[in-house]
Amino acid sequence: MDKIRALIVDDSSVMRKIVERSLRQAGIELEKVVEAGNGAEALAALGKEQVDLILCDINMPVMDGLEFVKQLPTVASAKGTPVVMITTEGSESHVVQALSAGARGYIRKPFTPDQVKEHVLPVVGKKS
Amino acid sequence: MSTDTSLAVRSHEENWLPILELAVEEVFEIMLGRRVKPVAKGEHTPNPEFTAMVGLAGALCGVLTFSCERKTARELAICMLGPEIADSEEQVSDALGEICNMVAGNFKNKLSTADGGCMLSVPTVIKGEEYSFRSLADGLNLETVMMFENSPVSVCLQLHS
Repeated sequence: MDKIRALIVDDSSVMRKIVERSLRQAGIELEKVVEAGNGAEALAALGKEQVDLILCDINMPVMDGLEFVKQLPTVASAKGTPVVMITTEGSESHVVQALSAGARGYIRKPFTPDQVKEHVLPVVGKKS
Repeated sequence: MSTDTSLAVRSHEENWLPILELAVEEVFEIMLGRRVKPVAKGEHTPNPEFTAMVGLAGALCGVLTFSCERKTARELAICMLGPEIADSEEQVSDALGEICNMVAGNFKNKLSTADGGCMLSVPTVIKGEEYSFRSLADGLNLETVMMFENSPVSVCLQLHS
């Protein structure tokens, strides 16, 4: 697999670092990592940067992850970019909401690099 | 403290305290690569120099707090992030907030009764122990102290009736 550009969206800078480290531990080579602290920042970042994969939390201030996924198609260059949710919200209803909104994968915190690999590899670089 | 019967009965019947402890153990093992075990509270009570809080709303309504001493908080951040980052108090607070958030999420995800009907707040972290804490969650109080290496950490779940 080629190196990828990833956007990591989480209000916690600690969690953004952990997600990046987990991607590397999962054997995914990163050409560039773009970070955003909420959905609104992520949409703004996608107006300037093209990415191959988006990893996104749900509970965030300003704009949460579900709203971000719903609004993603409004950014032309990001339309169809795979989104994998990484969140503490692990209930079935949240999974259904996220997948219905357009997410392609769902990882519950706490997570291992193997779980990241399992959910990210099938979708990375594959626009819908 | 007043105790709501239904919450107390449910927590007893569904054995919530061991579930809370398991939620803490899993977060430490998976995200920090460390094992923790519950200990008798009276023997090991940490000075709450760092306290992280996450609110719960919906099927479960209340607050989960995670508190420990400053040096423990720094050690936890080092486990999560590596030694080069954990000197920053902001990063230490952020790490503690995330641990609290994951414990709350992991706990509620283990309860079938909370499925889909319980939301978590963004974490808040208090530095310093010169504060008083009063929660209006008056229903149920679950508390455990766990040993992280040789340092106690306290996890407390207070639920509204």
